[in-house]
Amino acid sequence: MFDVKNIRKDFPIFAEQPDNFVYLDSSATTLKPQSVIDAVAGYYSKYSANVHRSIYTIGEQATAEYEGSRGKVAKFINADSHSIIFTKGTTEAINLVAYTWARKNLKAGDEILLTEMEHHSNLIPWQLCAQETGAILKHIPFNEDGTLDLSEPEKWFTHKTKLVAVIHQSNVFGTVNPIKDIIKMAYDVGAIVLVDAAQSVPHQTVDVQDMDCDFLAFSGHKMLGPTGVGVLYGKPELLEAMPPFLGGGEMIRTVSLNDSTWNGIPWKFEAGTPNIAQAIGLGAAIDYINKIGLEKIHEYEQELLNYALEKMQEIPGINIYGAAQKRGAVISFNVENIHPHDLAQFLDNDGIAIRAGHHCAQPIMKKLGVSATGRASFYVYNSKEDVVRLCESIEKTIKFMGGSK
Amino acid sequence: MDDLRDLYQQLILDHNQNPQNFREMIDATSKAEGHNPLCGDEITLFLQIENEKIIDASFKGTGCAISKASASIMTTLIKDLTVNKAEILFEQFHKMITTGETNGDMGKLMVLAGVYKFPARVKCAVLSWHTMNNALHGNTELTSTEIS
Repeated sequence: MFDVKNIRKDFPIFAEQPDNFVYLDSSATTLKPQSVIDAVAGYYSKYSANVHRSIYTIGEQATAEYEGSRGKVAKFINADSHSIIFTKGTTEAINLVAYTWARKNLKAGDEILLTEMEHHSNLIPWQLCAQETGAILKHIPFNEDGTLDLSEPEKWFTHKTKLVAVIHQSNVFGTVNPIKDIIKMAYDVGAIVLVDAAQSVPHQTVDVQDMDCDFLAFSGHKMLGPTGVGVLYGKPELLEAMPPFLGGGEMIRTVSLNDSTWNGIPWKFEAGTPNIAQAIGLGAAIDYINKIGLEKIHEYEQELLNYALEKMQEIPGINIYGAAQKRGAVISFNVENIHPHDLAQFLDNDGIAIRAGHHCAQPIMKKLGVSATGRASFYVYNSKEDVVRLCESIEKTIKFMGGSK
Repeated sequence: MDDLRDLYQQLILDHNQNPQNFREMIDATSKAEGHNPLCGDEITLFLQIENEKIIDASFKGTGCAISKASASIMTTLIKDLTVNKAEILFEQFHKMITTGETNGDMGKLMVLAGVYKFPARVKCAVLSWHTMNNALHGNTELTSTEIS
């Protein structure tokens, strides 16, 4: 039995906010448990030294905690610690690959294969990269039900395809893409694969060795951790061969006035003082998730998702985008004749936080023929009661706005 | 709900459901586009100006109730105004929406007076007005609420 009542007690925000507070925007960022807040504050209040350079007790403690966090992240996705680079988030992780591996390895005419359902963070870095290298962007389309159209793989995966960058779980449709199939198709043509796992790592077991991707990116703040920390996983042999991303302290081995040699991985890619407290906070978030159990979280979310889909579909005039069989607890929707911003304003008045907008996925909105949608997304602290409250509030809004006629 | 009733007054709901001057204008002498990148709202504003006077005004686009109602009411008010008077009205409206202060009676625009209490919605209310101001000055660059 999933004890959501007790879990909610771990999140101090519920005591701070009014009793009717319902948070349904975890795809944007999650709430933080006390243990994560304590870990961040603990670093600042007890041992706030720099890492990797301080020959004194608290400096060594800071280094141990920071590197300990890296170890937790590595174990969480079944990787080796050396293949885990701390970044400031998914966006920076993807940019790191775009600015190092891609600019070194791509040339004019090479193809970068993306999909039409990418988040802006997995579109723009490649647009910039293509403009500079002369590489060509291609996009696998999505079907009406929010799944990828992989019916003609030979059209997309060709001998020119050098890099495939794809979202694991859609932040709009919730669709979990068949990532292992995609990786196989990519490897069959000799391409490198980057997986944007920002929406999947917090909600389902991701095993990079089983998946066998080359790169995987995700964020701490979408998995109960602090903002300002994210992760790039890369296969060690690729990371070794890549040029550095940012230059500065920490990423060097020897420095003279005119040239330098680089530190080993992963530190070669961590120039400057890192986000120490945030990385330590991410470690605490992983501890918290492990304490509940990721499998259990996934099961519970699926139950919530099915309940929410069933209840929301009963609302007159509602249109839900995406109907994939395999999907996460993210529901994008619109209500006839009510703009999602108006809807979100009314829900907020009832204490309910949903996202309304284009979800950093304007090409998806364009294809759906809408300017924006509402989106409810769920995590460990949500309950069926939250779903009921959401549906009631939507119906109330319809009544007030005279939306559905 | 009281605050929300302030924001969503009946007149706003009416204009949202039945926007006035919601049409393209083929013989427009001035046209400008506005965009709110944050929410995806888009508006195209059409003006017909003769001898420094606005003879006709209309708009097309998508947006929330606040942005649609604001555009709708605006087109009804600027018709038959001189360009100069429309500019003054823009300034007064902008002040009311961003600070809540009004210079005298703002007439029908008073239904939007509550918007300033909702900072996230100010952009919705001012999009059409900024676009109109650009159209008046022949500035055909896309109006973006992110810039203002």
